[in-house]
Amino acid sequence: MRRILTAAVLAAGTALGFAGPAFATDLEVTHWWTSGGEAAAVAELAKAFDATGNKWVDGAIAGSGGTARPIMISRITGGDPMGATQFNHGRQAEELVQAGLMRDLTDIATKGKWTDVVRPKGLLDSCTIDGKIYCVPVNIHSWQWLWLSNDAFAKAGVAVPKTWDEYVAAAPALEKAGIVPLAVGGQPWQSAGAFDVLLLAVGGTDAFLKVYKDKDGAFAGGSEIAKVFKAADDARKMSKGTNVQDWNQATNMVITGKAGGQIMGDWAQGEFQVAGKVAGKDYTCLPGLGMNSALATAGDAFYFPLLKDADKAKAQEVLAETLLDPKTQVAFNLKKGSLPVRGDVDLAAANDCMKKGLDILAKGDVIPWTDQLLSQDTQKQKEDLFSEFFAKPDLTVDEAQKRFAGIISSAD
Amino acid sequence: MRHFTMSSAARRPSRLFRNFSAKIASVPMILTALVVFVGGTLWTVLYSFTNSRLLPRLNFVGLDQYERLWATPRWLVSIENLAIYGILSLIFSLVIGFVLAALLDQKIRFEDTLRTIFLYPFALSFVVTGVVWQWLLNPDFGVQAVVRSLGWESFAFDPLYNSSIVIYGVLIAALWQGTGFVMCLMLAGLRGIDEDIWKAARVDGIPAWRTYLFIVLPMMRPVLVTTLVIIAAGIVKVYDLVVAQTSGGPGIASEVPAKYVYDYMFFAQNLGQGFAASTMMLLSVAIVIVPWAYLEFGRRR
Repeated sequence: MRRILTAAVLAAGTALGFAGPAFATDLEVTHWWTSGGEAAAVAELAKAFDATGNKWVDGAIAGSGGTARPIMISRITGGDPMGATQFNHGRQAEELVQAGLMRDLTDIATKGKWTDVVRPKGLLDSCTIDGKIYCVPVNIHSWQWLWLSNDAFAKAGVAVPKTWDEYVAAAPALEKAGIVPLAVGGQPWQSAGAFDVLLLAVGGTDAFLKVYKDKDGAFAGGSEIAKVFKAADDARKMSKGTNVQDWNQATNMVITGKAGGQIMGDWAQGEFQVAGKVAGKDYTCLPGLGMNSALATAGDAFYFPLLKDADKAKAQEVLAETLLDPKTQVAFNLKKGSLPVRGDVDLAAANDCMKKGLDILAKGDVIPWTDQLLSQDTQKQKEDLFSEFFAKPDLTVDEAQKRFAGIISSAD
Repeated sequence: MRHFTMSSAARRPSRLFRNFSAKIASVPMILTALVVFVGGTLWTVLYSFTNSRLLPRLNFVGLDQYERLWATPRWLVSIENLAIYGILSLIFSLVIGFVLAALLDQKIRFEDTLRTIFLYPFALSFVVTGVVWQWLLNPDFGVQAVVRSLGWESFAFDPLYNSSIVIYGVLIAALWQGTGFVMCLMLAGLRGIDEDIWKAARVDGIPAWRTYLFIVLPMMRPVLVTTLVIIAAGIVKVYDLVVAQTSGGPGIASEVPAKYVYDYMFFAQNLGQGFAASTMMLLSVAIVIVPWAYLEFGRRR
């Protein structure tokens, strides 16, 4: 069997070698998109790149970004760089850029008029370090969504809430019906993310930016943020009994009506789609928890390590152009459930929730997200704090806020 | 006189070149030990005084990383967990292992079969052990669900979802995995005890439990020391079991130091902080090992 496979691979290789154009170059691309919908989306990118006559060598790393990033980074710093690699745009690759390991894409960006086509404007800023562009954003993912199960609320005999406050008020009725009001999975990034969303929704855009952009520790310990911690305390009480780890298991609780709702990014939408649920009928989505509709422009981007091989460097340019191509953008983002980074593409096939997101983007009501504003170090400290906060009822709100203020004042 | 000088001159090179090929052969190992272990350790300690983030850089900040480390709740929880886990797993694996070995040593039938059964969990990696016990201790599928389905509706046993007892859930899995191995070591030790000792004890009318406790155990000292070192090494480096079973949760209730080091070096991209934590781990091992080694080897001299 093995021999047959080897023979087949060899034959395929030779066939390609003869068939392909003379300038075909293999380019290894690493990423952590391994779930069903994600793999389908990345296949669209590979198809588009192969169509240019080059060859996409897929380097998927399973186990989500936390596992994949250390591998990618050690390959780049260890002198075995790949052709291109995914990171969340923002500060994850900042030091690699500063160490001169990443390729400056400014020329390609100027040629492709990226500053004109990429929307919203701030998006390209998170790829820019010292005035030079180092990455190609491919999609926009926003965290600020509340997903609600219409069935669960029907069963509890209350109307589907339209704001966070209504939701909190409905929690006792849900509990009485044996439903967990709010599903929060055990992975640390979920509780930290939920808090950030609450901060933006309850505290407002200004408060969010004052804490995470200006890193104002005194403000983070003040009365305005105390309101947010009060909301987080509600969320903590509502999430009791979730007993699952992964975000998609938590989403599944909402899909099956075991939980009333979940605060999760727009990637959760893929799970509802796979389960055959219809937005508006089976589930309801509230951007910004129905309080503050500003969406954050986090997401994924491709970075290109500096390579010596001239052919590969040429192929990198082709890939960078391909990723921003309008057709690729539509095909990729429809499968991924994320929003495209170009404003001039047609997304007629988008569902209700995606359309809500597109409207907000079109209005330009966007802010940068924590991936862009904070270092990974600060992010991790925040995760530690909020995973403890959500799991440990005897950690008081005051104590948690004090620690939060401490993290913010030492943040970078 | 001349004869003497000649012979001493001839002897000196011979000492250096004695077993020359063996010395040559051990050079790679010595180099590995010096460069990789000692060198790596020194490098880590040195960089723990810097503010290295994703990439190591020599920008010294004094004891800042250590101050931050000891002010971090997660690190303190990790240390506390390691202490609870360490002391209890040391005691329980030694006691259970020894009792099982003593029971198996009663010339019972099916000893081989039983030994295989007890040793079997040791053949599993910590990751598999962790996943198995994650399921067993899950309130919706595991022990709690089974007991409840038998009719005891109010039965509650969900250590992995209760911050205050989660570390004991991890301990159960570790004991399940490790005691079989301790038992085998102990059994080997018991088999090494001369039959005549038992006969003499029986003639003197000493009850079996006293013979075990006061005669056999002291004679098993070498086995006990080996076992102790193996268990202790396993305790300090515990990481994979926690990752597989609880990923440090709920919250940060089952975090351990090794996981802190990994998370801060790779997830948080803060090498300095990770190095400071690993230096503290080294220091704590040294605090235990050095006095012990001094007693153990100093006495013999």
